[in-house]
Order: sequence, then structure tokens, then C-alpha cells
Amino acid sequence: MFKKDVSPGAKSKVKSSAQRAIRAKVLETYPLLAPYIDDILPKKEQLDLVKVPDRVSVYSLNGQPLLWQHMDDKIIPHLKIVQQYPWCFQRVRIDRGGVRFVLSGATLMVPGLTSAGGRLPGDEDAGPEYGNDGKELEAGEVVAVHAEGKEHACMIGILKMGTKEMKEKKKGVAIENGHYAGDGLWKLDLS
Amino acid sequence: MADTETAPAADARPAKSVVYCGQCSLPPEYCEYGGTTQRCADWLLKHHPDLHAKLYSEEAQAAALTQNLSSLSVDAQKRAEKDAQKKAAKASAAESREAEKRASSKVTIKRVERNKRKYVTEVSGLEHFGLDLKKIAKEFGKKFATGSSVTKTPSGGEEITVQGDVSDDIFDWLGEHHEEIPEENIELVEDKKKKGAAAAV
Repeated sequence: MFKKDVSPGAKSKVKSSAQRAIRAKVLETYPLLAPYIDDILPKKEQLDLVKVPDRVSVYSLNGQPLLWQHMDDKIIPHLKIVQQYPWCFQRVRIDRGGVRFVLSGATLMVPGLTSAGGRLPGDEDAGPEYGNDGKELEAGEVVAVHAEGKEHACMIGILKMGTKEMKEKKKGVAIENGHYAGDGLWKLDLS
Repeated sequence: MADTETAPAADARPAKSVVYCGQCSLPPEYCEYGGTTQRCADWLLKHHPDLHAKLYSEEAQAAALTQNLSSLSVDAQKRAEKDAQKKAAKASAAESREAEKRASSKVTIKRVERNKRKYVTEVSGLEHFGLDLKKIAKEFGKKFATGSSVTKTPSGGEEITVQGDVSDDIFDWLGEHHEEIPEENIELVEDKKKKGAAAAV
């Protein structure tokens, strides 16, 4: 989605009521963030809404992009937030070979997740981090994509296919139009 | 409602602090995909030697290699390598292009006569040096206590227009605050209004 560098458009202040709504929505989507929400979205601070091309709105705080949203899809946090609080997000892992494609903005394909180096919830070797308590993830959920052998997440996006289906088909698109490290949103500087 | 939920949980883990590379802005472990790996490594060695040791030590490299060998086919590895090389070449080419552009682009400070003894100063070309015109315009306004704005030029670009003749002061200010602009690239021009046009009024 942000493969090209984005040029920020008009910046406007978010009404405090809208700010509360955003906060509630974020908590609804990511219940595990609850203990940290005051650090991420302090109540008293003024959020800014920045419009960027392709109908994406970016919410920023003090010139730092925090969250982004494409039209009325789910609100997705900026990767730097994900990297700070990685345990608050549902996650999957891709194998080593896929990392360079992800970081150059390719669509994340299912084989990268189903191969030996990838991890999906429900795999026997998923462990507590990727296991998601044995629950499968549905299409439309926001997942952080980690990489084999790396500590931090490298991408976040909305699943196009449920993890169960992935394991059956082993091909196709997993995440399209995600936000990855080094993309336009990552480099976006609003200050 | 949100208030009740934000009570600190017992298992609240502190936020992870993440180091970002000063060269490519990625977390250092992803530097190898950025195309400027060598400079990233140097930066890391200077600023976070411990991390550098972890990522670039020989054991780490060897471990990565064996991991690569086990999980990637030879073919895929070759392709990845080629890709990385291409990327590095691209990055360095872009950089040299940028440097060249920087060396060749000029900042023009132009004094334009507006009305007999009144002048405006037009500064153009600052954007080539990565400066934010709007911010600089505000700075000028504050410094010289005059009106200062970013105006569009007929040729499509943008320039800063400052009220009053402050061309020498701007020259000095640029030399002081923005040393990245070589002095010989700043050009002072005095533009007299055409006599004919003045007479016609």
C-alpha cells in the first residue's frame, strides 16, 4: 500500500470525541493493548489526522505516525508500535526466503507461511508466541508478520485468507497491501 | 468504558525499546535488506557496538549461512544474492545522483525592485538541499520581522518571497545555519525593474 513514498496531505486536528472513538476502536480490535493504551494514545494529547493518497488516513501524535486506516477498514498500528508491543498482536511468521520480498513491498503469499520456516497458529511447532491458543485466524484479521530468525516484526496487514484455508491450499495471497518496514508510511515524517 | 479497562494489568510488560539504524531507519537486523548494508554495519559499530557484535560477528554470520543453506535452495539463494547486489547498486547510484544534483544546484537570492525604493527578496533553489520552504519562510519572517511567504513561480516551482531588501542578511544566515549549502552555490542577483514598464505606469 505504501510502496511508493507517500506525500502527506492536509493535516487536521481530531475532535476529542472522535479521539475517544478511535481509542475505543483500537481497544476493541486489540484488547491486549489495554494496559498500554495510555502510553500509546494519551488521553490529553491532541491527535492529528493526516490524509495520504489512496484513501488512507494516518493518525499521528506529535509528528509521529501512530495508526493508519484504509477507508473504513480496521485501524492498524504503525509498525514501530507493533515492534514496541509485539505481544499484543496476533502474529504469524514467514520463512527466511520471503523476507526480502516482503521488505521490497511484495504481496505476502501463503507458501512463505506454510513452509518449514513459517509459523501459523495451529502448527505443532508454533509455540506459545504463534499458537494463538490453538485458534485459527480468520480472513480480515490484523496480524503482525514476524520473520524467521529475526526479533522484530517486519510487516502488518489484514489477512486475505483464513489460516485454516491456508494450510489446506498452501498457495495464494495471504496479505495484500500491508505496511512493512521501510515503506512510505515507515519513512513518513510529519514534523 | 475505556477507563475501566486501562487499569494497569498485573502482567504489564514494559514496552520493548527498539534500536533503529541511523542509515536505513530499519531495525538493524533488517539492514541486510536495505541495500546499504556496509554503511549500516559501520553505523552500528559506532553507536551500538554490542548489537553489532551480535549481528555481524563471525559466529552470527556463520549461523545465518547454515540456516540459509538449510532453508533455501541453492537456486533461491543465488537469486537472493543477485537481488541484494542489484539493490545495493541502485541505492548507491541514487545517492551519487543526489550528491551530484546537490553540487550542481544553485540557490539564487534575488532582489527585485517593487516600487522605487522598495524591494522584495526572492530566494529560490533551497528545495534542492532538502530544506522545507515553508519552515524557512517562517524563519525568515521571524528573523527579519517582515512578511515572508512561499510563492509559486510561473515556471511551476516554488520560492520564498521576503519583503524588504534582506539579500545580504539571507546570504549570511544561510552560511551560518545551513552549512550543507556550499557558499559558492549561492548566487546574489539584483534585478532592476525594466525602465519601460516603470515609465508606462
